[in-house]
Amino acid sequence: MAAHGKYEAIVIGASAGGLSALTTILGALPASFSLPVIIVQHRYRDQMNLLEEILQNKCKIQIRQVEEKEKVEAGIVYIAPPDYHLLIESDNTFSLSSDPQVSFSRPSIDVLFESAAATYRKSLIGIVLTGANKDGAAGLLAIKKAGGLTIAQSPEEAEYPYMPQAAIDKGAATLVLTLKEIQTRILNC
Amino acid sequence: MDTENIAFKELLDSIRLVYGYDFTDYAEASVKRRVNNFMANHKIEAIDQLAKMILKDEKVFEEFIQELSVTVTEMFRDPPFYKSLRETVLKRLATYPFIKIWVAGCATGEEVYSIAILFKEEGLLNRTLIYATDINQKSLQTAKEGMYPLENMKQHTANYQKAGGNQPFSEYYTAKYNTVMFDKSLKQNIVFAPHNLAVDKSFNEFQLIICRNVLIYFNQKLQNHVINLFYESLCPFGFFGMGNKESLLFSDKQQFFEDVDRKQKIFMKTK
Ligand SMILES: C[S@@+](CC[C@H](N)C(=O)[O-])C[C@H]1O[C@@H](n2cnc3c(N)ncnc32)[C@H](O)[C@@H]1O
Repeated sequence: MAAHGKYEAIVIGASAGGLSALTTILGALPASFSLPVIIVQHRYRDQMNLLEEILQNKCKIQIRQVEEKEKVEAGIVYIAPPDYHLLIESDNTFSLSSDPQVSFSRPSIDVLFESAAATYRKSLIGIVLTGANKDGAAGLLAIKKAGGLTIAQSPEEAEYPYMPQAAIDKGAATLVLTLKEIQTRILNC
Repeated sequence: MDTENIAFKELLDSIRLVYGYDFTDYAEASVKRRVNNFMANHKIEAIDQLAKMILKDEKVFEEFIQELSVTVTEMFRDPPFYKSLRETVLKRLATYPFIKIWVAGCATGEEVYSIAILFKEEGLLNRTLIYATDINQKSLQTAKEGMYPLENMKQHTANYQKAGGNQPFSEYYTAKYNTVMFDKSLKQNIVFAPHNLAVDKSFNEFQLIICRNVLIYFNQKLQNHVINLFYESLCPFGFFGMGNKESLLFSDKQQFFEDVDRKQKIFMKTK
């Protein structure tokens, strides 16, 4: 796995305002990016594949909605399907669950982040972007506690500052960066 | 493997040996999450401590099982699935003199009543018997009572309409205070019973099996086992409906199923 450096995966959580923030970050990634990128974006459950299609239009790297039990692979951006929690198993595969909402959300960023922290420990980068609730703060803290690198989008820049601010207030963010800085940071992984 | 993982595996093993509930082939991440929640809620510090409590006290075990399988469900969840079921499967089932259905992992029953409504509207319910099963006894009790919070009805009604329903939905239940009770005429042909997909056997032959959002909780090995169980329980040309994000990919019976509606995950047993 971690052939290219100290990290094995990147997880990103986004809510309101997430589409444009994600486009900025993912648009900069080459098709051959050396890590898997796994994303929970809060979304309406009726729009089955819309988010993936919009992002794919603007990105070189492959974007796809997670299929349950598939293996996590580098160079792919995985998006959690609407109405399911997304978790990462210790054997590097995805699983989905219909458990009740967490932080009023399904998929929940906390659920993804906490399971990813358990699997990747210090080889994980966690990023919390714009949003109007506090999903992701507890998950980011779990990543930090496991020794991973944690980043919150700068609340000044975020379209909806509440979510990155909640992560910062919880003491979960090692770095507070703008989207441009996040781009540079992950391109150098 | 670290010590916490070993303790976790030992916990599942002892539950299997002492109580006969087998969670060892469940997808681990969700089970771990739930175990951690349970421990946090009950202020239990370590897994061995939890194991001791569970194995000593059946009441604690009951609570634990409850937590491990609690879920949310709704009526006509994923309306296009029900629409397709109505349009493709029910027509073909109409040719049978007597129809048996198995709804596996029915949780609190909303799915079962949705199916009963479909069959009623197509004039098939009086010659249909629906077996609805789950491992969670408390959920089954709720399902049997058929009583749900009034506040959920708005969502359920919207789903029903999106699924192609065009009757006044409120005719299927009576509301009292904040609760609704589904009509006796729907319940008459439903049998609710405990059944554990991981350990129990087939118990009948069915023209239709519906098992949605249960297999996602299992690892590939258990998924294969359960799909084999369904395969054995289906009559020739019987139908099988799964959840939106589930697939037959990990089943060695995959080639014996044919797509009826690929997108809505409805299949037919061909052989
Ligand atoms: C997410 S719910 C699905 C409810 C409904 N089918 C739906 O799609 O909305 C999962 C259900 O599977 C049940 N379940 C879990 N393991 C099971 C097993 N081994 N055998 C039978 N049911 C099981 C749980 O108790 C829970 O009610």
